[in-house]
Amino acid sequence: MSILHIVNKSPFERNSLASCLGHALDGSSVLLFEDGVYGAIKGTSFSDTLGAAMASRSVYVLGPDLAARGIDESKLVDGVKVVDYAGFVDLSAESDKVQSWL
Amino acid sequence: MKFAIQINEGPYQHQSADSAYQFAKAALEKGHEIFRIFFYHDGVNNGTRLTTPPQDDRHITNRWVELAEKYDLDLVVCVAAAQRRGIADADEAKRNGKDADNIAPKFRISGLGQLIEAGIQSDRLVVFGD
Repeated sequence: MSILHIVNKSPFERNSLASCLGHALDGSSVLLFEDGVYGAIKGTSFSDTLGAAMASRSVYVLGPDLAARGIDESKLVDGVKVVDYAGFVDLSAESDKVQSWL
Repeated sequence: MKFAIQINEGPYQHQSADSAYQFAKAALEKGHEIFRIFFYHDGVNNGTRLTTPPQDDRHITNRWVELAEKYDLDLVVCVAAAQRRGIADADEAKRNGKDADNIAPKFRISGLGQLIEAGIQSDRLVVFGD
């Protein structure tokens, strides 16, 4: 069973992303949106945690929320995939469940 | 595929009302069905027709109304959350002895059972909040 985990808080504000990555099973997907996109930037104190989690999980980031915060895609941790809202919908449909980490 | 959406936060405070709208719009444009959008907690503030943002800002309430008119959506506001926050339709206003109602068109006030039903009837329930 695959779950799409969606995280909307920066890992520098709350621990929801760290908590999510600690629970998300291998093969599941994680979408970072709203302030969650800050968790996808490389060269931060969180980058290694995200990179390690990506060995067995797919990590996506919502492009419009990146753009709204002035973050260029070149600043992302390697392997993070950028999707738009249509991609968000596709990920939801492809997974068996969508879990919000509020 | 059939989606249900739950929104827990009010407009203009957090991004969740905007994210939920963009998600709903994208899903509908892809041909998916939205069984119901349930407004819970501060999310009920999405449903007051008295919302009057500056002209150069997005009108979050009217945006929902227009989407609902275009796709015949079921926009449901939680009754208990609505009463606490002063969101009322004509029946609720009368029942509680108020002098006015403020629910926006296409929104309706109902109970939590509507959220449970949406979770059962839909293939996916996506929750937006703070």
